Amino acid sequence: MADTKGNTDGKPPAGSGNGAAGGNGGGNGAASGKLAAVMAGAKAVQAKAAEELKETIKAPEKTDVWKSVLRVKHDETPRSRALGVLSNVFLHLHPAKINRDAVAYNYTWGMGGMTFYVYITLVFTGTLLMFYYHPSKVVAFRDILYLENDVPFGKLLRNMHRWGAHLMVIMVELHMFRVFLTGSYKKPREFNWVVGVLLLVLTLLLSFTGYLLPDDQLGFWAVTVGTNMARATPLLGNQGPFGPQLGMTPFNDVRFGLLGGSIVDSNALLRAYIWHCVAIPIIASAFMVVHFWRVRKDGGISGPSPVVLASEIKDVKKL
Amino acid sequence: MDFHQLWTILSTPDNVPIVLLLFVVPFYTWYAMRQAFANDRLIAELEANPEMAKTHHRKVQAWKPGWAREVHVWPYLLRIEFLAAIIVTVILMVWSITLNAPLEEPSNPTLTMNPAKAPWYFLGLQEMLVYFDPWMAGVVMPSLIIVGLIVIPYIDTNPLGSGYYTYKQRKFSILTFIFGFIVLWVSMIVIGTLIRGPGWMWFWPGTTWDHNRLIFEVNRDLPDIFGITGRVAKIIFGAIVTGLYGVGAGVLMHKLITWTPFNRKIYARMSVLQYVVMQTFLIIMLALPVKILIRLLFRIKYIWVTPWFNI
Repeated sequence: MADTKGNTDGKPPAGSGNGAAGGNGGGNGAASGKLAAVMAGAKAVQAKAAEELKETIKAPEKTDVWKSVLRVKHDETPRSRALGVLSNVFLHLHPAKINRDAVAYNYTWGMGGMTFYVYITLVFTGTLLMFYYHPSKVVAFRDILYLENDVPFGKLLRNMHRWGAHLMVIMVELHMFRVFLTGSYKKPREFNWVVGVLLLVLTLLLSFTGYLLPDDQLGFWAVTVGTNMARATPLLGNQGPFGPQLGMTPFNDVRFGLLGGSIVDSNALLRAYIWHCVAIPIIASAFMVVHFWRVRKDGGISGPSPVVLASEIKDVKKL
Repeated sequence: MDFHQLWTILSTPDNVPIVLLLFVVPFYTWYAMRQAFANDRLIAELEANPEMAKTHHRKVQAWKPGWAREVHVWPYLLRIEFLAAIIVTVILMVWSITLNAPLEEPSNPTLTMNPAKAPWYFLGLQEMLVYFDPWMAGVVMPSLIIVGLIVIPYIDTNPLGSGYYTYKQRKFSILTFIFGFIVLWVSMIVIGTLIRGPGWMWFWPGTTWDHNRLIFEVNRDLPDIFGITGRVAKIIFGAIVTGLYGVGAGVLMHKLITWTPFNRKIYARMSVLQYVVMQTFLIIMLALPVKILIRLLFRIKYIWVTPWFNI
């Protein structure tokens, strides 16, 4: 229960001293007087507690518990609005204020933020799916059937993960399209574009490694087609240009390394699982941290900024 | 017209994202270009009227003196973010309730799927397998796409158009990107998903996927057409032709890069290194449609035949 202001003055609650009040009497009269005093004291405590409770409910923001959690006032002042964003761990990557035209949908299309949101959704549904899935050739497919038919909401969970993944790929591509068309990769945001391209690649790899996990015909052949390309890697693949000359065979080339074998089998399933559930999410998360950090450090969202005229560019000196 | 076949292709669960792509990509292209043209009109107006350019706030968005240029993130941005999160959740929920994720038979290495397709976002690369060998389509091209995207900010020396939609100020780069993204990436995905059938053969939408269909294509190599038979002669001939293409494409690209006075101004800002990198990627990018065309028009398979690789 919340500790209210009433207690801070150090006074003990009323009625706590009643033991001494009834001390000098004796017999029945004294006993009943003592009882009455105790009852009166209890009533006073009860009334005090009720009052404290009422106060707490009426103004919870004044309690120490509330203050300890939220730390700042949340009233209508500009200062509090800014602090509400800046002192919150989940929101602190936002600036306190933003370009008034940037909050309209038409400039950013919201694709970057929505991609991140879909990624969180995927991590959430993916973690739940992991509870029901064994990355083993014997049971993987059976786990999917179990998930679809017996696990409560299992089908919904798998559907959301699948469609969320597709949605994320589409959104990432549209985000890149928008960033290009608004010239947002230009100085000083060049490096963040590079990070973004790597995140695009990681998104595709995440989706691709997940494709094999149901261990059905669709995933199996898609991954077979996909990894067969690795056979043809120049220098490093057994069928690629100069590969055989460098001693590449189906048992030591880059495809072997990807699949953990010369065919798509149980080792490939385990590798896809670990890349999909552990390694790539960690790498992608690290890049995301950098990506979002750089958005702020490179001056926040790129626009909509005032147009610059061709007559205004200064000619730069050449090296 | 086989509507059943058409419906089977369109309603295959994993093809639904492509159907979605068919709508959202044109929509967002239109949405962006509409804003670009609006900005271009403003830019033209300001260029014509220097006095106005001095005082104008230089955006198509409304602004009046006295209005704050910035607004509080809470609530003006966060409420939109929360709303977007709710909308995305609802869309994802409805999609997941109405459409089931695909699950085929258990994997069976002895039973080949026909057609065996990669996930949709790699179908552009799989489509390239028709025109290029796997080491090109599967390894070199994806690497070049990644590196090519990465170098964009470092070779684009045009300082205009940073932070607003515009077409006129960045014609060359926008057309190049739209060519790469929409023509080479999205449309190849659409072809790979909706048009390629059994045996990776071309089936127009609405025609039946005939698993017994055979196409007798006689594809020839370019050296054979010229009657060159020797192994070394083929290598030399291929190298010369490929080199000639590189020079021709390079000259063409140079013409495009220096087309207008404004383009020449941007070109003057480029270092030699930037120019060379840009030319390299443009020449390679142009090689894709060129190779597709000579394959489709002249039935030529390889240009450069060597014992180690074929292009």
